Amino acid sequence: MSSQESLLTEEMKRQAIGLEGAPAVMEVEKGHILRFAEAIGDPNIQWTEEAAARKGRYGGITAPPTFLRAMRGATVELPFELSFSRRLDAGSDWEYFQPARPGDRITAVARIADLTERSGRLGLMVFMTTVTTYRNQFEEVVATQTNTLIAY
Amino acid sequence: MSEQVYWEDVTEGMELPALVKEPTTRQLVQYAGASGDFYEIHYDKDFAIGNQLDGPILHGALKSAFLGQLVTDWMGPLGTLKRLQCQYRGMDAPGQPVTVKGVVTRKYAEDGQYLVECELRLENAAGQNTTPGSATVALPSRGS
Repeated sequence: MSSQESLLTEEMKRQAIGLEGAPAVMEVEKGHILRFAEAIGDPNIQWTEEAAARKGRYGGITAPPTFLRAMRGATVELPFELSFSRRLDAGSDWEYFQPARPGDRITAVARIADLTERSGRLGLMVFMTTVTTYRNQFEEVVATQTNTLIAY
Repeated sequence: MSEQVYWEDVTEGMELPALVKEPTTRQLVQYAGASGDFYEIHYDKDFAIGNQLDGPILHGALKSAFLGQLVTDWMGPLGTLKRLQCQYRGMDAPGQPVTVKGVVTRKYAEDGQYLVECELRLENAAGQNTTPGSATVALPSRGS
């Protein structure tokens, strides 16, 4: 594997970096928040108990920090094929600006921010960094997520 | 949930109360359904083995949710999570408990906000940090 040649040309990087995927729209549903909180095993009343959360600063439940990840439609594909069959999620970086609440209509757009390759213990690996921006129905940025994916 | 922590109560080097999570294959299926991430390496043993793994592994995003829980539990209802980041350095398997830990690394005021940065880690049973991360939170101040 170590003898494998470089796959990415400067032209491929130019084509890919900055490319945006189609917007994905999702309405935040209370039942989905509850199911998500249950799935991650997080009983915080801010996401699970409407009556208690109503007395709090947001006037109701909000989504847990990584909930927006459930917007699976927000993807962006490379404009060319890479001959890799395996992929790994390498990391995630969230920045938060507004809470996501039930009833919010969130539009997510993913953009390719960087594309690099590196030779590692798994052979030649391509690192794709995407930034997904989540906006609510008021055009406010709720959060951004920077994600790094390894293809190998 | 713990009592409200105020910015003045925090010192650099202070540890966040650790959180133990015991993920199971059942939880990974639950998380697949709730998140929409149905990649088979997280619940299909044969598929995982076919991908050179010993068996199903935890979703990275589930581990970042565990780190998020540690921080939001600690910051209390008046705290605000500003940033949460982590790297998936090692794999974790269902049936193996993990412990999520955090330590305050920086305390500062900026633009009228009272901020705290924490370094986070998710340790497997052998004590290896498979998921290093960090978080920034804004805390209430007793003075405002």
